Amino acid sequence: MSTLEQTASTGHHHGPAKGITRWLYTTNHKDIGTMYLIFSLVMFMVGGCMALTIRAELFQPGLQLIQPEFFNQMTTMHGLIMVFGAVMPAFVGLANWMVPMMVGAPDMALPRMNNWSFWILPFAFSMMLMTLFMEGGGPNFGWTFYAPLSTTYAPPSVTFFIFAVHMMGISSIMGAINIIATIFNLRAPGMTFMKMPLFVWTWLITAFLLIAVMPVLAGVVTMMLMDIHFGTSFFNAAGGGDPVLFQHVFWFFGHPEVYIMILPAFGIVSEIIPTFARKKLFGYTSMVYATSSIAILSFIVWAHHMFTVGMPLIGELFFMFTTMLIAVPTGVKVFNWIATMFRGSMTFETPMLFAVAFVVLFTIGGFSGLMLAIAPVDFQYHDTYFVVAHFHYVLVPGAIFSIMAATYYWLPKWTGNMYNESMGKLHFWLSFIGVNITFFPMHFIGLAGMPRRIPDYALQFADFNMVASVGAFLFGFAQLLFIYNIVCCARGGKKATDRVWEGSHGLEWTLPSPPPYHSFTQPPKVD
Amino acid sequence: MAEQTSSHRRLIIRLTLSCVLMFGFGFALVPLYDVFCQVTGLNGKVLNNGPLQETVVSDVNRRVKVQLIAVNNGGMPWGFRPSESSLEVHIGEMKQTAYVATNPTDRFMVAQAVPSVAPAEAAQYLRKVNCFCFDRQPLNAKEQREMPLLFVLDDELPVHIKTITLSYTLFDITPEDALAAASGSEEVQL
Repeated sequence: MSTLEQTASTGHHHGPAKGITRWLYTTNHKDIGTMYLIFSLVMFMVGGCMALTIRAELFQPGLQLIQPEFFNQMTTMHGLIMVFGAVMPAFVGLANWMVPMMVGAPDMALPRMNNWSFWILPFAFSMMLMTLFMEGGGPNFGWTFYAPLSTTYAPPSVTFFIFAVHMMGISSIMGAINIIATIFNLRAPGMTFMKMPLFVWTWLITAFLLIAVMPVLAGVVTMMLMDIHFGTSFFNAAGGGDPVLFQHVFWFFGHPEVYIMILPAFGIVSEIIPTFARKKLFGYTSMVYATSSIAILSFIVWAHHMFTVGMPLIGELFFMFTTMLIAVPTGVKVFNWIATMFRGSMTFETPMLFAVAFVVLFTIGGFSGLMLAIAPVDFQYHDTYFVVAHFHYVLVPGAIFSIMAATYYWLPKWTGNMYNESMGKLHFWLSFIGVNITFFPMHFIGLAGMPRRIPDYALQFADFNMVASVGAFLFGFAQLLFIYNIVCCARGGKKATDRVWEGSHGLEWTLPSPPPYHSFTQPPKVD
Repeated sequence: MAEQTSSHRRLIIRLTLSCVLMFGFGFALVPLYDVFCQVTGLNGKVLNNGPLQETVVSDVNRRVKVQLIAVNNGGMPWGFRPSESSLEVHIGEMKQTAYVATNPTDRFMVAQAVPSVAPAEAAQYLRKVNCFCFDRQPLNAKEQREMPLLFVLDDELPVHIKTITLSYTLFDITPEDALAAASGSEEVQL
């Protein structure tokens, strides 16, 4: 009870500070959430420009625009920026905004650390982007930075890359600790675990994944640092190390990492689909268990990324079957979403369009993942454009679409204004068409044998590459509509009601739109 | 409030501790990986141990073909080849052969050979009594040396294995060796 009185007495007497210091010193979860989201949008544009540079070069066979060395830096930085700079901060930003409002908490549990974990990011990514202007260029070894490419043969700027990874790792870990503390300790009275919205559940599980694997990433880059500067031989066979060890340690981080980028997306879609189907989510409990089992399984499947390193048969079988096992809980989720929509009175506002597209296109990405899980055929698909098609299908119309859906879904709540629905729909359709034109042909050129990460290619791949490039530019420029729509919505427009959507459910919709700077200073009562 | 602060503190301590543990686990994977490979004989890692004492050979007529391969790691200028590229070896028979290394450069260099066995399944049955890969190999400028290899095939070698490929990759460890010598630490060991 002392909690309630305390928060109530400190909560009312100040609003946001004025000027730039509001943003520098803020400990308010809404401000920090906004900064995370804007940062992620900026990074999305930077990474997107790199993607368009890549696609422009691949528009035709031969070298047109950029040199192979720079091409390698573009593929590497595109991956790193999108994974660590766009997708992950966007989810943390959404968690900052929504988790306290969804569990009925006044703010995040550790507000000052929250400020710190955000403000590390701009420094980490400035440092990372700075490497592009250094002698020898930026990281050029692929986002997976396999040793010895990233140690023995790395450009000198690799040390900056390593420290940038350390910094964003620290930021993610602090964010995760904060989210876990908020969910464990600050839930409103009556908000039991099994009453929490699924977005909160998926984020809780994601936060535990972050705690478990971000330190391993920090460990692996530290080993690289020691190999490069201190004469150790973790990954150097000449000194008794093993480059394959790098891949094992990296993917022990890397596989849970890909679920870190998709579990919150599952949560978002599980919030949006019931709203617009005007039904309760089908199989809430099974959703929670499915998410947990995906998270646990993610720790024992890592070597499916490295079937071709020369693993013994028994290892290939083990990793093949455990990988396929993940399709079961994922299937449970997909069927639950479909069952939620079944016989619902559905309407297709922009968030719902993105959510439905997520279900369909993520499933396609999941199926190509299953194909890649089959060890014998992976020998053919490994490091081809089929892999590129697969992970872009789960990340772009998967993670990114869910972030866009979440933005449209909660934007009226955040700003108090409705966004432009027609423009939102136009943005959706251009994105949907653009994404498929870009990534679907990559399946075919991959199966036909075009390798990843090459600036030039054989003539038989020319047509599909041209199609993919056209799609990429369509998708890229469609995002300008997204930004325009957000800016307009933030500046004004039709006032949103408190519930915003007819079928909305949950604590965040009981607050006014926009919510007061300090919300739930009195914890709500949850039945 | 006090109650909440302490529960926050407990949680933060536990979570931070898990992070530290996982950071340590990342490093623990290094020895774990070696132990795992040695125990299971995966990854073609060869055990640096001699034959089991008093091996009883069940089939004295069983012969296995052992192919010897020499590979220079990128940029390694040495000449490096097996003196015989292929051997017929009886199970349980102590077999002596050699690799020849030449340093064609004008400077002193140190090399380390790293072995690998294919199929990986055979790795644990190929027992080396003596191998040049156990030690680092210093060669003066223009020097040539024959480096001995003494091994025996274990009786337990699965019957379906008819051919074993033993490959050595030669690495230039001159800089690392100098560094290790300077810091006075143990010499580079496999």
